Amino acid sequence: MFDRRKFLLGSTAAALSGCKIFDSAGRSDSHLRALFASHEGLTRSAQRALIGDALAPEFSEADIRQGQRPNGSTDPVDASYRQMAQSAFRDYRLTVTGLVETPQTLSLADLTTLPSRTQITRHDCVEGWSCIAKWQGVPLGTVLTLAKPKLTARYAVFHCFDAIERSLSGEVFYYESIDLIDAYHPQTILAYAMNGAPLPVANGAPLRLRVERQLGYKMAKYVHTIELTDSLATLGFGKGSYWADRGYERYAGI
Amino acid sequence: MPTGPLVYRQRLITRITHWVWAVSLFFLMLTGLQIFNAHPSLHIGKEAGFQYDNAILEIGARQDGDTLVGVTRLFGAEFDTTGVLGVSNGEPRAIPAALTIPSYQSLATGRAIHFFFAWALVGTLALWLAASALNGHFRQLLPTLSDLRALPRDIADHARLRFHHGASYGVLQKLAYASVLFLALPLMILTGLSMSPGFNAAAPWLLELFQGRQTARTIHFLTMLALIAFFAVHMAMILLAGPLNEMRSILTGWYRTDGEKDV
Repeated sequence: MFDRRKFLLGSTAAALSGCKIFDSAGRSDSHLRALFASHEGLTRSAQRALIGDALAPEFSEADIRQGQRPNGSTDPVDASYRQMAQSAFRDYRLTVTGLVETPQTLSLADLTTLPSRTQITRHDCVEGWSCIAKWQGVPLGTVLTLAKPKLTARYAVFHCFDAIERSLSGEVFYYESIDLIDAYHPQTILAYAMNGAPLPVANGAPLRLRVERQLGYKMAKYVHTIELTDSLATLGFGKGSYWADRGYERYAGI
Repeated sequence: MPTGPLVYRQRLITRITHWVWAVSLFFLMLTGLQIFNAHPSLHIGKEAGFQYDNAILEIGARQDGDTLVGVTRLFGAEFDTTGVLGVSNGEPRAIPAALTIPSYQSLATGRAIHFFFAWALVGTLALWLAASALNGHFRQLLPTLSDLRALPRDIADHARLRFHHGASYGVLQKLAYASVLFLALPLMILTGLSMSPGFNAAAPWLLELFQGRQTARTIHFLTMLALIAFFAVHMAMILLAGPLNEMRSILTGWYRTDGEKDV
């Protein structure tokens, strides 16, 4: 007969041992990890079906009660970036390249003359905190339309000035990607202003991405190049984003 | 031990879903605490206050001379919780390694496991709801009028550790199970979804209902504590009411009821 007491003691011991038995799930090559990570496809499909084109909630001026908390890189050390920052980003150029008919090189002045969108939204960090701020920028869809994406394009990849770590093969610059559903969503903007002032360096100056229906790490800061591509296999370790390559979900709607 | 006849009390679907929930809640709790460690504060409102204070709970570590002190601030009152909260094994860490999966800090791994079992819980809860609506199990869980009249006596009997082994659940048992299945778990799922920026676009009314994402996060945490309290009482009741009979019932469905001389 089943010994209830032994069972209870056994499960208590498992709980008290720091659950080290499940630590292998932290290894990216483990079968356990692959099983747990399988939720991502289900989560993405379910959310895509439920959300459609719906907008992220927007807030009122009264909801802006503090500055936007800077997180991740806050002061890129890249020499060309520092030089641009000293002259108020006059020499900054955004490059739109890859699977497009007409590649673009746009200055900050070019971007600010395009029709802009202003939105007060909540920034949700994967860590659990949130912060509400007002963002102004040009819809990414507008910029992509200028560049005329080819029919084979599936993803927009963002290349950034901030080196988030130094590896044996050199500096690893931040990279992120979104699919074209999010790229053409009306709230997906390339923001150059925050809370009514030019975007501060700590928050990604001169240009950062806002993808309001996903977590903060999707919203690449210090963007210099947008590349349209049909595959993410050659980017980083192939998962499509700096943090996805480090175990987080590429689709960060949850 | 009761000496009456064996009755078939739990259907297969109830037993299977029970054990999936048990396993899922174990992982959800310990990975939830792993996720909590990435931002070990609970706030009231739409956002987390950094330049103003809207935290009701904060767990942190403070250097005090040569020693690291674990500090827990609850409603503005500070407590030294070194060894358990804030600092454990000499390391700054909100929730100790023994209570998180993985044992080391890994938000990415905690999230992957948490969402995997969240799907398992939601899936089996939906299955159980559908089956229970069809097979009449709902009626066995919802207290009737005569149940409620028997409530004072049932409370008095429990206080004297005098348990009845009937073919149907007692009124306190019904209230406990119904509040977990119809209140706590749905609340857990809805507050969890309220933290999803994607789901916020689909159902902004949830944010209105819970008064903001950070309040939803706080309710998610408090409901977890309520579920732990339920678990503790659940285990105590099983041990006190006859663990072998109770385990047979939730494993095979067969439960020995009170005979004439037991009453």
